[in-house]
Amino acid sequence: MTRLHLAVALDDTGWHPASWREPGARPAEVFTARYWADLVREAERGLLDFVTVEDALGPQSAAFHLPDDRTDQLRGRLDAVLLAASLAPLTSHIGLVPTTNVTHTEPFHLSTGIASLDHASRGRAGWRPQITFRAADAAHFGRRTTPQLTAADLRDPELIAARLRDLFAEAHEVVEAVGLLWDSWEDDAEIRDRPTGRFVDRDKLHRIDFAGEHVRVRGPSITPRPPQGRPPITVLAHASTPYELAAARADLVYLTPHSRAGAVTELAAVDRARQLVGRPPGDPLLAFADLVVLLDDRPGRAAARLRRLDDTDGAQYTSDAEIFAGTPGDLADLLLDLRAAGLDGFRLRPAVLPHDLAAITTALVPELQRRGAFRTGYEAATLRGLLGLPRPAGRWAPRA
Amino acid sequence: MKQIHLAAQLPSVQHHTVWSDPRSGSQIAFDSFERLARTAERGRFDFFFLSEGLRLREHKGRIHDLDVVGRPESLTVLSALAAVTTRLGLAATVNSTFNEPYEVARRLATLDHLSGGRAGWNVVTSWDAFTGENFRRGGYLAEADRYTRAAEFLRAARTLWDSWRPGDVLADASAGRFLRDGAGRFAHHGRHFDIAGRFTTPRPPQGHPVIIQAGDSEQGREFAAADADVIFSRHSTLEGGRAFYRDVKGRLARYGRDPADLKIIPSVTYVLGDTPAEAAERATELGRAQVGPQTALMLLEALWGRDLSDHDPDGPLPRLDPRPDAVLTQGHTEYRKGRAETVRRWRELADARGLSIRETVIAATARPTFVGTARQIADAMNEFVQTDAADGFVFVPHLTPTGLDELVDRVVPLLQEMGVHRAEYTGPTLRDHLGLKPPRESRDRPAVKEFR
Repeated sequence: MTRLHLAVALDDTGWHPASWREPGARPAEVFTARYWADLVREAERGLLDFVTVEDALGPQSAAFHLPDDRTDQLRGRLDAVLLAASLAPLTSHIGLVPTTNVTHTEPFHLSTGIASLDHASRGRAGWRPQITFRAADAAHFGRRTTPQLTAADLRDPELIAARLRDLFAEAHEVVEAVGLLWDSWEDDAEIRDRPTGRFVDRDKLHRIDFAGEHVRVRGPSITPRPPQGRPPITVLAHASTPYELAAARADLVYLTPHSRAGAVTELAAVDRARQLVGRPPGDPLLAFADLVVLLDDRPGRAAARLRRLDDTDGAQYTSDAEIFAGTPGDLADLLLDLRAAGLDGFRLRPAVLPHDLAAITTALVPELQRRGAFRTGYEAATLRGLLGLPRPAGRWAPRA
Repeated sequence: MKQIHLAAQLPSVQHHTVWSDPRSGSQIAFDSFERLARTAERGRFDFFFLSEGLRLREHKGRIHDLDVVGRPESLTVLSALAAVTTRLGLAATVNSTFNEPYEVARRLATLDHLSGGRAGWNVVTSWDAFTGENFRRGGYLAEADRYTRAAEFLRAARTLWDSWRPGDVLADASAGRFLRDGAGRFAHHGRHFDIAGRFTTPRPPQGHPVIIQAGDSEQGREFAAADADVIFSRHSTLEGGRAFYRDVKGRLARYGRDPADLKIIPSVTYVLGDTPAEAAERATELGRAQVGPQTALMLLEALWGRDLSDHDPDGPLPRLDPRPDAVLTQGHTEYRKGRAETVRRWRELADARGLSIRETVIAATARPTFVGTARQIADAMNEFVQTDAADGFVFVPHLTPTGLDELVDRVVPLLQEMGVHRAEYTGPTLRDHLGLKPPRESRDRPAVKEFR
């Protein structure tokens, strides 16, 4: 039986907006290193493939497309790349996958930041590039405007994607430029040749001379090629335009199916996008499903907890992903059923931290292990190794 | 007695770093950074400092391959170091030309949170289109504008840090209030930046991270006097140090600041021996390891603006006149201005002492260095500080990652015995180590000055 992959998406005190008010939540500590260290160590105890760290260039908001002024929900964030880096020395196997925007940040800075995370973690970095879709965030930079989504747009992911098409076109360029910068040092560029006095072989450092519609970068990078060559790129996708970004540029795509049939439909859409962008059939693109999870051993308890959280928040929690409330055993059943549709793994979004993370590591994982569906020990030292992805040769590497 | 402030910098990409030494380790592996930072913390240093690179240096149109090449992004490494140190300050160089205030302010605030108040920011500027080619907007900034942008950049960053007040995070679960109304709301309208909205990151533990300025120009001195907490300088003599010290400290009153509000710590290195003669011998060996024949010619060509590859590095300086406007090297900061004057000084030096090309380069480009026994070095450092030629030093060892070991094991204990360096940290933050007051709010600061 092939095993499934399991990641958790860490965010705030959990994905439910009332999670910060739960007993056991540590809302006053969410901006401290210790809070995140405890979470990622728990995830590593559970042998998970990786954790993702969310980020954005504006505060959280209850509205998808607009900022709000609410004070009754958690607001405020740390930079995800730096937060991930602070977790690297405290862990040894788990992958660390920060989210960054690709709309306002320079590709050169994105490239060196993720490469440095890969060096600091000895090959455990990943990256989740994301467009910055809230128009209000552009005013934080003051150099350009970005499209303002309307209430009508929000009815359908395809309408959103159509409105944001230019930002996705720019994202393609940024992600490509970052990959080229990672490759701009060949793996063996550092030679330390004492007889000739040369520290590097300059023939193994390459200008990338990337010139797109939106982005220009000369290169080479200032940072040597990351240990993984290219840290895995992961993209969350709900519509055609992001599917194409994932198919063209990513190693892993997060989908949000709400049923096995939905998973089949989304996987087919990814396949169509692969064909459209001409991705070679043998080039692996892992597909994970995102699920928000509330887990309790006793049947009915998690659903009751969800109702209580919704009451506290004063609104029913909704998400792009399926919201699962049940026992770890029921979730194991669901994951195995969904996997049969062709998924490679799952990114679970704990609704409440640390409760639902601990339920994943201490109940769901053992349940999956009993069924032979999850690893019983870490078998690779890098994130690519855990995911079964080969280490890519650089663009300029000599052909074997 | 004045206390000596100590900082350490990772040897970076210049010829002072002796990568050819068998003890030289990786300049990119995290272990190297961890080793140096832990050593600095063991020596109860104020902070550990990283420089920045945004483009690889080139000489005669080709990537310069003689020195250490390749380094990580500073703030990412420092965030990882925050997890393996407890008191050491962590300072990053971040360019104000090729960045935006919102991003830089949130990244520095993040480092300050992750380290519990140990972040510092060396604000640097850039002028060259060469570096600009790695960025969307290219090299667009007129040289005269770089300090006005830097000053406004820093002001905008302070506005962002001030946008969350102390105590804005309530996290009051029973009342259902996570934050105070308006937390994070900001607006800055200026010539270089016109930004408004909500800042993501709560107020850093230090209020504002410690601001560092490197550089010796008139504009740099004024910028530091107005807005910095620490200034790096490069004065190797007591007289030069005292003149700089008087000048810079004298500028502070204009901005409503006390002399103690700005710490002056020149960048130096050291060569230690069991006897004075042994130290001198090691210093000579070090100079030759730093400046090989090719490096000597490269630095000469950079200064002369000519191809001099047919010259013998062990022979005399070229008789050819320099071409002071020809640019053979890019991405190097030396020799940008006053090249004719530098050439004149090098010729004088060579003539007076009968030096070869290589010997001249060694003598002229050496970093200010304390050479001697541990006792001699400790006494010399103390004399600099007690006579107001400096408030302390940034030590840049010539070896990664073991280059600080002798300083911390043999010199620091003497300073501690003399009562001029702490035996234990007294506070948790970098501001505490430097003896700095809480930062003034952005709105209480004088308006941005045009630095010309």
